[in-house]
Amino acid sequence: MARIVGAITTSHVPAIGNAIARGLQRDAYWKPFFDGFAGVHRWLEEMRPDVAVIFYNDHGLNFFLDKMPTFAVGAADEYRYADEGWGIPAMFAPFPGQTRLSWHLIESLVRDEFDVTTCQEMQVDHAFAVPMALLWPGTASWPVKTVPIAINTVQHPLPSAARCFKLGCAVGRAIESFPQDLNVVVLGTGGLSHQLEGTRAGFINKEFDLMCMDKLVSDPAALTRYSNAQLVELAGSQGVELLMWVAARGALTGRVSSVHSNYHIPISNTAAGLMVMENQSSGVRSRAAGAETV
Amino acid sequence: MPFARESWQIGPMETNDWATPTFGADLAQRGYALNKMCYSFNHAENRAAFVHDEDAYCARFGLTETQRLAVKHRNVIEMLQAGGNVYYLAKLAGILGLNVQDIGAQQTGMSVEAFKSKLVSAGK
Repeated sequence: MARIVGAITTSHVPAIGNAIARGLQRDAYWKPFFDGFAGVHRWLEEMRPDVAVIFYNDHGLNFFLDKMPTFAVGAADEYRYADEGWGIPAMFAPFPGQTRLSWHLIESLVRDEFDVTTCQEMQVDHAFAVPMALLWPGTASWPVKTVPIAINTVQHPLPSAARCFKLGCAVGRAIESFPQDLNVVVLGTGGLSHQLEGTRAGFINKEFDLMCMDKLVSDPAALTRYSNAQLVELAGSQGVELLMWVAARGALTGRVSSVHSNYHIPISNTAAGLMVMENQSSGVRSRAAGAETV
Repeated sequence: MPFARESWQIGPMETNDWATPTFGADLAQRGYALNKMCYSFNHAENRAAFVHDEDAYCARFGLTETQRLAVKHRNVIEMLQAGGNVYYLAKLAGILGLNVQDIGAQQTGMSVEAFKSKLVSAGK
């Protein structure tokens, strides 16, 4: 059976992609951010996942307002990064899909009353590609296959944190019922606090971010009590990308340990966060931990 | 009978909060043409067409007069008020050579340097 080794949550700011393209990892501005990934690389080397299931939000590459799914799951053999209009070079190798797992997730999610949109063609934007390049830098071909799960954070109403957590729980159940021995890492990308638009642009909330990073490990149910209006107020209008972190945490069993974290302000307009959470128990999904009760 | 606005809808323009606008039912409908034009900028040939003849390109997408003026003024708050969504507007900002610090400075009425300093000080 497939096994979830853990979850990695990270910011996905487009400027990171440009910094990678220009080789600025040791530049004074970027070093505190990129140095945070050494511990992640060591952990991945140890865990050797076969597949990454990636919760991310599309920013107007694959989806427009003509058709805006709340939850969309990729079911393609390959996903490509494409021009988003403002210039991360097309430096990312195509991302291989894992269609059997994709369809297993889709079937399991719909059975679980998550009526997702299925995408047999799907372009993936910086929110998918930048974290992949951060986790596996300099690789000519990706060492993992991928399953993208897009969550709408463009057009309100957005799904609530509680709903995203339950989606994560359902994804976790689906992965663990996949009848093939695979090690799976779950990614949640976006955040932490930032706001690009309005007269409050540049808003960052360090105290709230650090609280979220703490609660994500020990008490994720606490984060699911925030409404999206509250998350926007506390974390900024793009800080609501915390939803992807909450979904990724939902896929874990409830017995979770933090093995690595980093937090740095600012990267571009954003408070950059990074966490690695290891799944301590395999197979036994802890209902007592609140995973199903929020 | 007056139009009954559902409680979940974002309020009319004059009561919206331009400190932190919510891109929901009202703005998403109001801004559709502007956002559709900006979405087209994912393709390099469309960016070139905009630069070549901005009026013609805006006309092709049926921008409202308010949207056309907001684009002409390069004014992000005006674009937001005209229903622009920041993720699509970012593609237009790229054409105009503006990054997210530049548009942050413009919206907050700060210099770019002061805006960057504010970001750094948020980490102290």
